[in-house]
Amino acid sequence: MKLEGLKKIWKEYQKEIADNNYFYVRSCVRQNFFPGSETTFLRIMKEELGKNIYENPCHTTCTAIGYHGDIIPLDTVMTVVARQFALMTESGYENLVPSCITSFGLYTEVLDTWHHFPEIEEKIRKYLKKATGREFEKPKNLAHASDIIYKFCKEIAAKAKYKLINTNTGEPIKVVDHIGCHYSKMFPSKGIGGAEYPYVLQGMIEAWGGEIIDYPERRHCCGFGFRQFIVQANRGYSVSCSKKKFDSMEQYKPDMIITNCPGCPMFLDKLQYAISEMEGKVYGENGHGIPVFTYEEVAGLVLGYDPWDIGLQVHQVACEPLLDKIGIPYDLSKKYLDVNGGCLGKPEKANVLKTY
Amino acid sequence: MKKIIIIGGGIAGMQAAVKLSSLGYIVDLIEKEDDLGGQVKKWKKIFPYLDESSKIIEHITTNLKKSNVNIHTNSSISFVEKKSNTFRLISNKNKHYEADAIVVATGFDVFDAHKKEEYGYGIFPNVITNEDLEKLFHSNFAEWEEKKPEKIGFIHCVGSRDAKAGNIYCSKVCCVTAVKQAIELKQHFPNADVYCFYMDLRMYGKHFEELYKEAQERYNINFVRARLSEVNETIAQKLLIKVEDTLTSKPMKLTLDCIVLMAGMVPSKGTQAIEKLLKLNIDENKFLAVKQPVLSENESNQEGVFIVGTATGPKTITDTLNDASACALAIHEYLNK
Repeated sequence: MKLEGLKKIWKEYQKEIADNNYFYVRSCVRQNFFPGSETTFLRIMKEELGKNIYENPCHTTCTAIGYHGDIIPLDTVMTVVARQFALMTESGYENLVPSCITSFGLYTEVLDTWHHFPEIEEKIRKYLKKATGREFEKPKNLAHASDIIYKFCKEIAAKAKYKLINTNTGEPIKVVDHIGCHYSKMFPSKGIGGAEYPYVLQGMIEAWGGEIIDYPERRHCCGFGFRQFIVQANRGYSVSCSKKKFDSMEQYKPDMIITNCPGCPMFLDKLQYAISEMEGKVYGENGHGIPVFTYEEVAGLVLGYDPWDIGLQVHQVACEPLLDKIGIPYDLSKKYLDVNGGCLGKPEKANVLKTY
Repeated sequence: MKKIIIIGGGIAGMQAAVKLSSLGYIVDLIEKEDDLGGQVKKWKKIFPYLDESSKIIEHITTNLKKSNVNIHTNSSISFVEKKSNTFRLISNKNKHYEADAIVVATGFDVFDAHKKEEYGYGIFPNVITNEDLEKLFHSNFAEWEEKKPEKIGFIHCVGSRDAKAGNIYCSKVCCVTAVKQAIELKQHFPNADVYCFYMDLRMYGKHFEELYKEAQERYNINFVRARLSEVNETIAQKLLIKVEDTLTSKPMKLTLDCIVLMAGMVPSKGTQAIEKLLKLNIDENKFLAVKQPVLSENESNQEGVFIVGTATGPKTITDTLNDASACALAIHEYLNK
């Protein structure tokens, strides 16, 4: 790839990201899949960067998961989105920061729809008022949480305890970045780096010492694809999508995968286990899979947070090989302990995929 | 004696200059570059008979030399005003001209293939355009040194008939240009497999269909009705392309050594500049609009300003030269009515 060509595209796709005072909205599924990620994001924002960030407990699903699963009418979707905006307005905030890529995509789409069809916005305002008595202002700034970490990735690098360097070889950690489809594929101008060569995660990895590797199936879906997985009969398609990506990236010997979507780390992580059970195939070194991380987890690791505090014990693919390469210490005896020292329960050993 | 200024020294402007001079007018031909020939000089051979383009330019240049046309290279017009029926123009070199009629022959630019980001032009070294390939033909592939591609793909309709790229029109010449270039590549690399991924094949001109038949039967070029979705690079730095075969409705993946993007025609920067300077109307495709699209191809919305060649839309060389002759006659009629 020609770097000068990429730089030209990256320069074109930049966007305004608010500097402070964020209204944070969590994802429906991330708190189950990778519960440490959102907590780590809030910790970094408050403790490391000193930002004002607020969550409203009345926040609900944005319904995007149902929208992309074709089970919720658009007017209902937009009215729920309007309610989220109302919560932000009532809380005194203007900068909306969704944790979920699909929420970010949905909010972007709804705002764009209202921009082009103001009569629809008026209709939705009436629906919301009638249903809840609420009114709202549209966000002045909408940025995904990964945009925020990208914006401050150099500040994080300045505070970092570890670099994404393989201490055994001195080489940068080789990273596959996987961007959630709804980040910029629908609205390229709303994503850092656009849709074809997104830079949002690459910028972080480069700032923290790692190196992104390109591979032919980089743009391919992780396998979630909503209807591919939510409709049970389609789940074989879901696994085959993930397998296509792993087969494509395997020859580049990546040390890790970084993601910015709730679904992608789940599928790229868990389906390595599924494929290993189905076909006996493992994609990482020494019988391990390729470790998969959220960007908040990676930020937490470079900042020196304890791997078990940021939730790495719930990963299906063992993260320890990467921790060893970077030289991050961890105590295996504490891996499955909760904050009070009680046992979280240990997963059963897989038949093929090697775990710790 | 009446004076005419022609803006643009490509083949349209050159041919119009020859014809107007032969009708007895004083003609000034303004060209922004340091020589005449415009886009045509960039192409080594031209369809459908694979003639050397230099011969075409040479032919018109010979006629131009025999005429009394005043040629001004490295010049462009920066100011125009009209008083009664006379135009006053000033060039970038501060040279003043007077004219009774103006011919706009500012031509086209090749669509910027960078805009189709998913095709990887400017990102992957082995993604080139039709224009780049002509440079390789000119140099006899000196830049490729020992590179001997085994599989080459031509991607038709890049920036043409593409609403996403903002151009819904057909650029008319790319289909047959791809056939021509595919044949030339096979002549240079006889053992290579050459594929043309086309939307439709619009072989409307004389000898176009015959050239297409020759490409299939004599040169074994593979024509696949397909649309490209994305290009990526493999670890061996080959290109992995994903297309949909639109006859079988099936996705396909192919690994190729090189792809050639058949970039279409867009209004040139010169055309856009003169549009503003002369307050000319543009059509739905942003080319200059003629007053009566069916009856007259050359009169603009400004009296005394005529448009010729690809400034009004994609044309072949043959159509451009005919258009230039017709334009000369239209001006002759205008100045003598």
